Amino acid sequence: MNPSGFSVQMRRAWAIAKKDIRIYYIKGPVLIFGVFMPLFMFLAFLMGGRQLPLSFLVSGLVGMTLFFTATAVSPAIFPWEGQAKTLERLASCPVTIEAIVFGDMIASTLFGIGITIITVIIGLVLGLSLLHGIMLLTAILLAAVCFSAIGMLLAVPPTNVPSNIMMLSSLIKFPLVFISGIFIPLEQMPPWGLALAVVSPLTYFTDLVRYAFTDIHYFPILIDIAALGVFTIVFTVVTMLLHKRTMPQRM
Amino acid sequence: MSVVIHASDLTKVFGKSIAVDHISFDVQKGEIFGFLGPNGAGKTTSTRMLTGVIPPDTGTATILGYDIRSEPVLAKQGFGVVPETSNAYSDLTAWQNLLLMGELYGLPRARAEQRSSELLGMVGLLERKDQKVQAYSKGMKQRLILAMALIHEPELLFLDEPTSGLDVQSTQMILSLLRDLNKQGTTIFLTTHNMEEANRLCHRVGIIRAGKMVAIDAPEKLKTAIDRVHKIEVSFDRDVPDNTLAGLEGVMTVNRTGDKWQITTQNKDATIHSLAAFSQKNSAAIVTLNTLAPSLDEAFLRLTQEAKP
Ligand SMILES: Nc1ncnc2c1ncn2[C@@H]1O[C@H](COP(=O)(O)OP(=O)(O)O)[C@@H](O)[C@H]1O
Ligand SMILES: [Mg+2]
Repeated sequence: MNPSGFSVQMRRAWAIAKKDIRIYYIKGPVLIFGVFMPLFMFLAFLMGGRQLPLSFLVSGLVGMTLFFTATAVSPAIFPWEGQAKTLERLASCPVTIEAIVFGDMIASTLFGIGITIITVIIGLVLGLSLLHGIMLLTAILLAAVCFSAIGMLLAVPPTNVPSNIMMLSSLIKFPLVFISGIFIPLEQMPPWGLALAVVSPLTYFTDLVRYAFTDIHYFPILIDIAALGVFTIVFTVVTMLLHKRTMPQRM
Repeated sequence: MSVVIHASDLTKVFGKSIAVDHISFDVQKGEIFGFLGPNGAGKTTSTRMLTGVIPPDTGTATILGYDIRSEPVLAKQGFGVVPETSNAYSDLTAWQNLLLMGELYGLPRARAEQRSSELLGMVGLLERKDQKVQAYSKGMKQRLILAMALIHEPELLFLDEPTSGLDVQSTQMILSLLRDLNKQGTTIFLTTHNMEEANRLCHRVGIIRAGKMVAIDAPEKLKTAIDRVHKIEVSFDRDVPDNTLAGLEGVMTVNRTGDKWQITTQNKDATIHSLAAFSQKNSAAIVTLNTLAPSLDEAFLRLTQEAKP
């Protein structure tokens, strides 16, 4: 078996993902954050006394949950491991940088999916009706991969100080939420707002979730899915190329 | 004999300083090659280039027949590394760390478990295998890291100052393991700033100073270059006059510090014998007698002087 072959490297990426889950995700504070964040968001949305119905709000809520959980931990993994020198260990192992990045993506994808499904279940318990379950699941899977690629993209600057990268990623993540049709429905947005919204992958995911719960959507469903797919591929390829370049600077 | 490591013109520049300056050497299959140099000489930087952790600015390294830059995975598959700083995952247990390595090197699960047990037994950590590495002492960590580097039975092992700062017990265990591995055919590349360690362990030694290779040879040959002058430290249970020691065979200089005498000699053996005879004749019992290994700095001074005619 050629150790640099695709299937071998995929298996090694899975080993990295399992390591990440064990070390960085199955940790009290991370799990509590993951479970309580959607719960508090529901409360905040409900108590906000907004004029918008819960069935609209849930799309933004699910969108935010997946986006924030899938990008929560992964940007800090390289800085942590750079500091702990375990990254040097990985760099001397027969795994490609692509496999390491992909392993980190798998872990954050699974974390994002898990927490988002909890959110959906809370929503269903609160009385929301799910109209298109399969579509919702597809959207969550696709968007989870897309957002975890964004998470790894945020990890590109080769610093070994985790707080730096967390600060930077917040600076990018929060504005993205505001342009993605979460607080204002897309149809009520001014043209410049819409122009911003179309460049955010979160917009398309939110649109799909809205469709799954309310049957209403702004873009055609196929466009939503295609956009998410294209963003996923582009972000994944770009993040791998960039990490290949910056990795030596972390050592 | 086949060449296992072929380094050619390796250079690394950090900012304005040249950490490694056009280094070339070969390591043969079955050798223990020592890479000896003081702190900051460029040993770690060289090792990192050889193991594919950082790219060289110029030059190439061929490891086990694969170029480390163009075929890194194939090269890395064949060697194990014990890096300078401890880097097992401290949130995982020793067992989990080893199994992770097994997966990263593509071992089947059953084989990885078997190897892990063997290796943990070998480095004396079997009873602590389910403890998180966090709780390990430095020596235990280092032994675990050696085990991790050996999980896939590599034919080549890189070690960057594996015994630096360790307790005597761990140091002895690691050195004797390395000797055993080498007997079974493993080629070993070892960096150290410890002259004695290099002498005892290595078949050949390359000496690096300020990024440049200043000598490569068998330790015996390097030793003769260094060993021309020895220091002996001795003290007696009673006062003896200076001039009596200075007259003994082979003695070049005599210096007194406190109750100890520092003697330099060209013939260690003869001087020790005559010191013993002296002690008997004058019934001045010897309280301490040490032969002092030449310090690395002295060794370097001499070696670099020899290198430049
Ligand atoms: N990542 C780095 N950035 C800048 N300078 C470095 C880096 N790594 C090593 N150096 C410098 O390169 C020189 C050689 O260092 P090193 O290879 O660690 O030496 P050794 O391992 O022999 O002690 C030193 O002067 C060190 O300060
Ligand atoms: Mg070093």
